[in-house]
Amino acid sequence: MTSQSSLMVAARVNRGSIGPLRALLATMNRAPGQADPDNPLVPFGKLANLHFSRFVVLDDQTLNDITLYGLPRKEYPVYLAFLCDFDGGVASFLNDLLDCASPGLRQIFSLCEDFTASTDLRRWIRRHNLPIATSYVNWPGRTMKQVREEALLHQAIAAYLNANSNQLAGQPDHQVWAQVRQFVAGETGAGRLTLTPPAPTRPLTALGNLFHLVGAGLLIVLLGPLVLLLVIFIIRREETTAPVYAPRLDLEAQQKLSVLEDHEFTNQFSAMGSLKPGLARRWVISYILWLIEWTARHLYTKGRLARVRTIHFARWVFLDNKRRILFASNYDGSLDSYMDDFINKVGFGLNVVFSNGVGYPRTRWLLADGASDEQKFKYFLRRHELPTDVWYNARPSTTAVELERNSRIRRGLEATGLSKAEAREWVQLL
Amino acid sequence: MPTPPNHSQIDPKDVQGLVRFGYKTLTEGCYLLLRIRNAAAARAWCAVAPVATSEFMDHPPDVALQVAFTSAGLRALGLPGDVLEGFSDEFLAGLADDENRSKRLGDVGASAPESWQWGSPANIPDVLVMLFAVPGRLAGWRDMLQTDAWKAAFDLMHCLDTSDMGGHEPFGFVDGVSQPAIDWEGARNSGASQIQYSNLVSAGEFLLGYLNEYGKYTDRPLMDSSDAKAAELLPALDVPAKKDLGRNGTFVVLRTLEQDVRGFWRFLDRQTQSNAAERQQLGQRMVGRTMDGDPLVQESAAPIEGIPSGPQSDSNRFTFDQDPSGTRCPFGGHVRRANPRNGDFPNKPGWLLPRLWSMLGFSSLGMRTDIMASTRFHRILRRGREYGTPLTPAQAVESAPADDAPRGLQFLCINANISRQFEFIQNAWLMSTKFDGLAGESDPLLGNRTAIGDGLTTDAFTIPREQGVRTCIEGLPQFVRVRGGAYFFLPSVSALRYLSRIGD
Repeated sequence: MTSQSSLMVAARVNRGSIGPLRALLATMNRAPGQADPDNPLVPFGKLANLHFSRFVVLDDQTLNDITLYGLPRKEYPVYLAFLCDFDGGVASFLNDLLDCASPGLRQIFSLCEDFTASTDLRRWIRRHNLPIATSYVNWPGRTMKQVREEALLHQAIAAYLNANSNQLAGQPDHQVWAQVRQFVAGETGAGRLTLTPPAPTRPLTALGNLFHLVGAGLLIVLLGPLVLLLVIFIIRREETTAPVYAPRLDLEAQQKLSVLEDHEFTNQFSAMGSLKPGLARRWVISYILWLIEWTARHLYTKGRLARVRTIHFARWVFLDNKRRILFASNYDGSLDSYMDDFINKVGFGLNVVFSNGVGYPRTRWLLADGASDEQKFKYFLRRHELPTDVWYNARPSTTAVELERNSRIRRGLEATGLSKAEAREWVQLL
Repeated sequence: MPTPPNHSQIDPKDVQGLVRFGYKTLTEGCYLLLRIRNAAAARAWCAVAPVATSEFMDHPPDVALQVAFTSAGLRALGLPGDVLEGFSDEFLAGLADDENRSKRLGDVGASAPESWQWGSPANIPDVLVMLFAVPGRLAGWRDMLQTDAWKAAFDLMHCLDTSDMGGHEPFGFVDGVSQPAIDWEGARNSGASQIQYSNLVSAGEFLLGYLNEYGKYTDRPLMDSSDAKAAELLPALDVPAKKDLGRNGTFVVLRTLEQDVRGFWRFLDRQTQSNAAERQQLGQRMVGRTMDGDPLVQESAAPIEGIPSGPQSDSNRFTFDQDPSGTRCPFGGHVRRANPRNGDFPNKPGWLLPRLWSMLGFSSLGMRTDIMASTRFHRILRRGREYGTPLTPAQAVESAPADDAPRGLQFLCINANISRQFEFIQNAWLMSTKFDGLAGESDPLLGNRTAIGDGLTTDAFTIPREQGVRTCIEGLPQFVRVRGGAYFFLPSVSALRYLSRIGD
């Protein structure tokens, strides 16, 4: 299997350059926030292994919130962040990226503080690539190539079914399966459809995964009691008095964010904020993100993060010595329905992470309440949201659920035989 | 968890009647869309407006008047800006003022606000006065109301007439069967998980000022008790020191939905080679009910909270648990989209461990399981009325007279949180082209059939079969066109009295 990797370049931007930078980024779009795949700066469409990408200016409007704790406002740099989610390793993706986008990237990054005409772009990117605390991939191993091939497979089958609906009507499931299978075999034989078998997992990757499963798993178990003690003796007391600050964003700011959304079915979300002060909080969130990373890598690998089925790729990244954190995701539906899905299905999951941020609605034992204060939670998230200047999605208008359906259709075709129930289930996918 | 103060009683005399009653015996009705001509005169009218309340009476009244305001209307009336800001964003912005909202709600193309008869940004009413009356009484009563005081206060922008189609909507199907039951008594433990689908919904979902399904109070304008004008307002239950402008009030969504009844039945007629029985059957699949209002799925064996036992509720006593593969009621059927009728967890875990297992997502690995859950957060009270003349399917497929007048629904719903209730249902369920794992289709009745992304069509309707391949009907035309709409605040009687005094 080919693993997915990600890149997050973050570099400081002079305050004076933010305006010109945003203007430059806007030239890459065909609609507000929507990247033109063929834009001359970074022609995303040419990067065959790229799933999602975004440019977002990390200009945090909530830096004052820390004063709720009686602490002075701390100034942090404004960063330009460039995020990519892709198949394979970073080195080969960088080759592809630099092949087609070097001049454009140089032009963009030249607005960052430490980028000059003589900077070695590759090394600069490497140096500014931030480690990711937690990343979630909807279906590790599903490559863009597979996504495209399976989408064409589904399309071809749908067209075949519609063209032969009279002949197929009333046929039993097994017959349908056999007939579609024969059709697909014909199409692949004639070269009209391709279903590339998954690449074998590299031994080193497999070993690394195993090591992570056992090693990190053990550490998580061992550290668990310590974190529990932190929660019992420090967090619990702290959360009863922690200031809650989640005012509603004014309409104008809200509309500025929403013009960047709902262009197609899938949307982007970027948000950042400061962590609550204190080492306990920093340790707890580090542990929790580590735990989530572990579950995402070993448990939630089949299209579901706990009960949520609408996230394609998501990640948390610490900034500024773990004083601040960025959350970026690619999800299906509108932001409101996405938040509702989360609140109602995995409110506890939102709480354990986001409640470590300043101002989060009051939690109980880190897990309870919090997000179930639905309106406050939504205000909190909207307020911490950042406008994503440029967003690219290589599979527009295809939900994660549809991707899973396509993969299931293919799996059924590749089976040598199906039981009656399996055949029923398979035909229902069509 | 500290239990928030519970409302032991809601004073029905303070709640406008529409929240509790559909006024079904008052079969005549019209919606007057008004502009405020003179604020002082409008306030004076508010002080004496004969508003019908939710109080139970031995006999239903002969006439009933209800009044509601847009945010523009409240501003025109003189409500201070800082108070107004306490209302929700969507109410302040309005139904049609934001292209993004229109996109989410499916109000694009032929349904885009620019072409609306009323409610487009340049054409937003201030006040909605609803009049309902027993047969023969409406016209005279309406004339009686147009006193000099009224005329000094308002200009009539538009009068939306309604007609009585005997409990059927214009396509010919029995309508209004599924309504949430409001928990007037505060019996529900608001905020607690709901394993089974329940039709009993916390009062706070339909009235501001009470606990909603999250066990919270939906945001609304609260005012300092020191404000002398606010003296008549009720206190906020969650912040007793404050006065609650929202309490016993709620929001009304009114939309004029023009239905192409001829187009609907003609399309079905073509699809079924003019076989009247099959034509009706196909229509029933799209709606998800029989024309008589019976569900297509089996009645639920267990009772459902909030649905009375007894034959009068038979057509509402069901969930889609009995039909997991959609072979009886298609996934995309209108009633299934409008209310998927599920609880908070898939597989209904009974006790702690299965529930934990379910929460962690390990119990729902099927293709369609748990794509959506918790319908209790997305319910609306529907109080719409039809307009135009009815047509039977047989009449509809015949050629139309030259002067065929439009017909449709003055869709009206009541909810305390427009974005989480009306807008969510409209966006994530009805108009969604990806609802419940479907693709390439939206609501068979309401869909705007606009292609999404890079030209993916959305004009199909899929009917799963018990055996073999699903039937896929393609090329559905647009049957419903939005012709107008707005968001209104339906104040309580005491809030209306407060509004009448804000100029003093």
